[in-house]
Amino acid sequence: MNKPHEAAPSLLEIKDLRVEFATRQGVATAINGVNLSLQRGRSLGILGESGSGKSVTARTIMGLLDTPPARVTHGQILLNGEDLLAVNAKRRRSLNGASVAMVFQDALSALNPVHPVGRQIGELYRVHRGYSRAAAKRAAIEMMDRVRIPAAAKRVNDYPHQFSGGMRQRIVIAMALALDPELLIADEPTTALDVTVQAQILELLKEQQSENNMGLILITHDISVVREVTDEVAVMYAGRIIERGPTAELLAHPAHPYTRGLAASIASEELKGQQLPAIPGSPPDLLRLPQGCSFAARCPLADQACTATIPVLQPVALQRDTACFKSEEVLVHA
Amino acid sequence: MLGYTVRRILQMIPVLLGATFIIYALTFLMPGDPISALTGERPLPEATVAQIRQAYHLDDPFIIQYGNYILGVFRGDFGIDFFGRPVLDLILERLPATFALAMTAWVLKLFVGLIIGVYGGLRRGQAGDHFALVFTVLFMGVPGFVIALGAQTYFGVHLGWVDPAGIRAGWPMAFILPALVMALEAAAGLARLTRTSLVDVLRAEYLRTAKAKGLSPKRIIWGHALRNAMIPVVTYLGLSLAGMLGGAVIIEAIFNIPGIGGLMVSSINNKEGTIVVGIATLLVLVYLVFNLLVDLTYGLIDPRVRI
Repeated sequence: MNKPHEAAPSLLEIKDLRVEFATRQGVATAINGVNLSLQRGRSLGILGESGSGKSVTARTIMGLLDTPPARVTHGQILLNGEDLLAVNAKRRRSLNGASVAMVFQDALSALNPVHPVGRQIGELYRVHRGYSRAAAKRAAIEMMDRVRIPAAAKRVNDYPHQFSGGMRQRIVIAMALALDPELLIADEPTTALDVTVQAQILELLKEQQSENNMGLILITHDISVVREVTDEVAVMYAGRIIERGPTAELLAHPAHPYTRGLAASIASEELKGQQLPAIPGSPPDLLRLPQGCSFAARCPLADQACTATIPVLQPVALQRDTACFKSEEVLVHA
Repeated sequence: MLGYTVRRILQMIPVLLGATFIIYALTFLMPGDPISALTGERPLPEATVAQIRQAYHLDDPFIIQYGNYILGVFRGDFGIDFFGRPVLDLILERLPATFALAMTAWVLKLFVGLIIGVYGGLRRGQAGDHFALVFTVLFMGVPGFVIALGAQTYFGVHLGWVDPAGIRAGWPMAFILPALVMALEAAAGLARLTRTSLVDVLRAEYLRTAKAKGLSPKRIIWGHALRNAMIPVVTYLGLSLAGMLGGAVIIEAIFNIPGIGGLMVSSINNKEGTIVVGIATLLVLVYLVFNLLVDLTYGLIDPRVRI
């Protein structure tokens, strides 16, 4: 009989991660004790607005933070049990692109303008696997086919500016998938695209994730993207995860007032003709985080307990955790 | 590509006409009379003066004189000076020295400027970068002739490593000091441009991508950053080579190098308009040709502007 802690380690396990940024005005806390785990073949959406720490989380996992000004002050990021924050630069490089890969928001600026796309994809095979130039090019064409870029063999020598926005994002995805990574992090992969193209790119990501049994972290501010793609979702606010659980369940019955507010601010058929409900106020200053719950100032349910102590993640339902003193109330009324 | 080149060459014609017209007008308006400048204190007989004026079309209206001149230029005839020597021969005789000086200076500048610029860009904010900044500001701030005279006195006279002036020693020894002075002055600008450009590129998203791909720092810098950083630098380098031919005038005078700079100065003093305009026209032409070459080679480094 296997006890849970004897099972194979999770693909990714983030333990109490804290990241600070040194700014002119003082130290800003971008990530304030984040815990996450992701199993192989599962997908996790990280939902949050600008400044919630979702992109910083992604960059910390990839080792792409500029240090300084950023500094990881605490925590572990375990990939198959290996702490990415403790490995040396060489080991880090051998993992990046091969075991963990990333898809960026703006494909045009994520691609080098002076190199043909085939060379940028092929570079991964050359560097990580020692392929010859010709073999790397063949592999790049294969990848371009896989992400369904038409006439890949003809377009392999084209430059990024010669592709449309959607095709460019496919190239970035091809680059990320080239070495069959175990974990793919997509940071707002569709934000810069037209709505119709967005759907195609999400479809592609979803399909590649399940076909290759990959772990996927999808970072977005867009609830509908999370709903479309991911198995689980973690909602971030002011550097903390305030709610997490299975996507459909959590979005249908939020247990945190912030998530409830987000879900309510989506345009829908019932709200036609009415003004969309918005969450009043703005997120707290990361330089001066409040003593209690960081959402208390904007929360309709906040009382003294909320402004005095920070609520921690507590189970509220099966597989669901919420960091709110009022979660039961929210869950019942939502 | 061919169509573009032909179009660009055709575009050079109005530019050349405009530039020569302005220079011609300016020499035409120069105070003093060419013939009295020619003879000095002793006046010539009226008849002789009239004969010379007629031979050189000096009494024709300005626009006719210019028209005659420009028609000649398009046939490769730059006119003759007051001693009957073709202006083109005079210029071509002096051109090699200027060319050797400008090219040597340009190559030196390229090395010094790029090395300092890349070093400063990669070590931004560190001691080496600050040192490079001080170095560049120093050479940008001090007038060129001061550095030239100082270098001439110290290395030429005091230490005697090279001849202080003249080109008897031939290339490269006679050119090394004046070229170095020109190079250091110009390298400052190049270094700053290179540094700024590299610093910009180092912030680019695609370098983050390169890091996410697990590339080594060396590969990121050499494979992804430098070529992008060189895009504005190449334009500058191409145009500055043409600029150096013109900028050699002062240095030529200080180091007594018989180039077109010296010819230009003496021609201005002697009111020999044909030579002045000839040199200026040639420099404009060189500038235009280099400009074209830069634009044509630009696509090699930046595929976004490939024609």
